[in-house]
Amino acid sequence: MNHASHAHPLPFWRKYIFSMDHKVIGVQYAVTSLLFLFFGFGLISLLRWQLAFPSQPVPFIGQFFNDTQMVGGIMLPEFYNQLGAMHGTIMVFLGVVPLAVGGFGNYLVPLQVGAPDMAFPKLNMMSYWVYFIGGIVMLCSFFVPAGAAQSGWTSYPPLSDVAPLGQTVWLIGMVFLITSSLLGSVNFIVTIVQLRAQGLTFFKMPFFVWAQFVTSFLLLLAFPPLEAASVMQLMDRLAGTSFFLPSGLVVGGQPLAHTGGGNPLLWQHLFWFLAHPEVYVLILPALGIVAEIIANNTRKPIYGYKVMVFATIFLGFMSFVVWAHHMFLTNMGTSMSSFFQITTMIISIPSVVILTALILSLWGGSIRFNTPMLFAVAFLPMFGIGGLTGLPLGLTASDIHLHDTYYVIGHFHYVVAPGTIFALFAGIYFWFPKVTGRKLSEFLGKLHFWPSFIFINGIFMPMFILGLAGVSRRLYSPEYAHAQAVQPLNVFISYCAWGLGLAQIPFILNFVISLFAGKKVDSNPWESTTLEWQTTSPPPHENFEHEPVVLHGPYEYSVPGQKKDFLPQNMREN
Amino acid sequence: MSALIKYIDKPHPVTGVTNSKLGIWCFIASEIMLFGGLFSAYVLLRSGSTTWPHAATVLNVPLATLNTLILITSSVTMVMAWASSALRDYNKFRMYLGLTVLLALAFLVIKGIEYGHKFEHHHFPKESIFFAIYFTMTGLHGLHVLGGIVVNSYFLLFGKRMWDEHPEQFTGRIEAAGLYWHFVDLVWIFLFPLLYLV
Ligand code: HEM
Ligand SMILES: [Cu+2]
Repeated sequence: MNHASHAHPLPFWRKYIFSMDHKVIGVQYAVTSLLFLFFGFGLISLLRWQLAFPSQPVPFIGQFFNDTQMVGGIMLPEFYNQLGAMHGTIMVFLGVVPLAVGGFGNYLVPLQVGAPDMAFPKLNMMSYWVYFIGGIVMLCSFFVPAGAAQSGWTSYPPLSDVAPLGQTVWLIGMVFLITSSLLGSVNFIVTIVQLRAQGLTFFKMPFFVWAQFVTSFLLLLAFPPLEAASVMQLMDRLAGTSFFLPSGLVVGGQPLAHTGGGNPLLWQHLFWFLAHPEVYVLILPALGIVAEIIANNTRKPIYGYKVMVFATIFLGFMSFVVWAHHMFLTNMGTSMSSFFQITTMIISIPSVVILTALILSLWGGSIRFNTPMLFAVAFLPMFGIGGLTGLPLGLTASDIHLHDTYYVIGHFHYVVAPGTIFALFAGIYFWFPKVTGRKLSEFLGKLHFWPSFIFINGIFMPMFILGLAGVSRRLYSPEYAHAQAVQPLNVFISYCAWGLGLAQIPFILNFVISLFAGKKVDSNPWESTTLEWQTTSPPPHENFEHEPVVLHGPYEYSVPGQKKDFLPQNMREN
Repeated sequence: MSALIKYIDKPHPVTGVTNSKLGIWCFIASEIMLFGGLFSAYVLLRSGSTTWPHAATVLNVPLATLNTLILITSSVTMVMAWASSALRDYNKFRMYLGLTVLLALAFLVIKGIEYGHKFEHHHFPKESIFFAIYFTMTGLHGLHVLGGIVVNSYFLLFGKRMWDEHPEQFTGRIEAAGLYWHFVDLVWIFLFPLLYLV
């Protein structure tokens, strides 16, 4: 191992800023996306004021906004829409995906497959920086005239075609983000296919690697149609075309100058062709993390590992044929909607299989309830609620009532907030010792977990009721008569949201303090079997002193006849 | 760069390909989805529209036919460049790759002339859905041609060192660039009849 980088230590900027080491890039992704997550949360916390106390000035903070945003501290509808749209965009494209794939995936996949790095280190560096630029572009959009995008994270035309400048900036940002995840997914696929250590067959890979593998295919194949759609929307906005504008459109009392002849539903098709698979991009890595942690803390193999793998692959395939279940109310005709109802019901099967396997894995285990495990176990019922509440949305009869209400917001947040985000927190607590050599405090961790768990349910559970009462999502004013009956719930939700914000303080403290003063631990503090724990913490420049040779499956816990209750993948039996 | 990454120049014994080849195939798969999005938009918009111009009356079919031939020729020279690289004949390699770049430039120049004519006759993207899709699809394809020119010129101008130091890896890269280039041609071979002929 004597090449240039060992002989001459790399300069600071090469080592930590423009690094090509997947571990540094993973940390860069993780830190950036955590900041975006908190920012996106900040946006929605502000929005929640308007929903709880409509048309009342926001105390104290209100004075810092200009008059296109708030007048006398009272939030304007345009600004409300910006907050909602940018919250969605930032959470999905700048927060969760980069954290789950860019952060966890980058850091862990090469380690778990026993590779020295990703297959294309330079490309890896580029994908981070392209993501970073996309993020900056998105943030800058708040400062252009008339502010950021206002048409929701779905950017439906015709509204988005005629919206102010912020929408153009949004589209440009999206093109960057799509390009970034494209580069990333190519890298993951090649790394997993080509660089697995000797002996690591596909069915010896940890489930997390499988989850990232399928996720990469989703990113690779689902994102480009949205890129095509973004290009067309940019043309509509900049070159005056009318891909998404029908003829004879009247906006604000004036007929539009566009030639027309386009079709707004075209955008919806292209958008949801991405955005449904995107749902699985959000949750598959989370499932991967949860599987690793549950296996480790129950000290027994995952129940039905192979079935889970097949279910994941099936899920990946099916996710491409269900997109129009988001479009039941667009007059698509009975046979089409039957097709999409049936495929939607079918796609719920693999999710149920995976969830059931994870729950059965708990059976008879001698469970260790440390912080990562708490978050991972909490994920299971939360994800379950999210999944089950999705079924009525997949059937047209009930979707007619529920479509675009707060029920939908409740449903998908159960999947992505107490679901995915909890899994990501579990992952942070679990792998922190690998990245830093130090452990996060268990006490602060539990102080983070319990209030978060309570508040997050306080936020999203009442949303189902709001939705059943018919309150629309993206509704600026909750002062309509039908919404008045459930308005106290809105107030309750907002208090819970702010409480959830406060509940993150122990986490931030924990993170910063433990980074410098956390308890030092050895390289395998959780007594885990997978490869990343069989090297030092943090791992050396090229991950392993010697390329590991894999002898066992990923979850050889409590193997009879062994001295210890775990058998690392590269260790001989005794 | 990591010196320990395997299968950079030699194919993986099981999959039979190098990293860069698998990578470029993945990339092409995603590009197929990108253009697939546009092609399906074309189908949807055309089937939903009441009028559609007879393409031959508004577009220049002879020029586009010439361009098709140019692009097909450039695919051939690209293969020759790769073959010469594999046979370690630097002069031939340079010649063929240079030709590929020149042909690609010729394609863009002709495309530019075509665009110019359209603008002279006040045909702009916003005129109709037909011109919208014509300019968007050919424009995006043109950008891909430009990308090919940049990549190939890079290998032409700065490839010598890698040619000397890592010959196998270099040939692998030329192969990847070639696969991309054939893909760009293929897109045009679909675009040409779709926009100009039917
Ligand atoms: C945990 C704290 C969170 C809270 C309190 C929260 C709250 C909300 C609320 C109230 C809305 C409706 C906004 C409106 O009516 O315009 C909303 C929309 C949305 N949220 Fe969240 N959310 C959270 C986390 C997340 C996460 C983690 C994600 C994604 C991974 C996410 C993605 C979205 C999306 C896509 C929308 C739709 C935006 C739109 O309508 O354009 N949220 N959220
Ligand atoms: Cu969906």
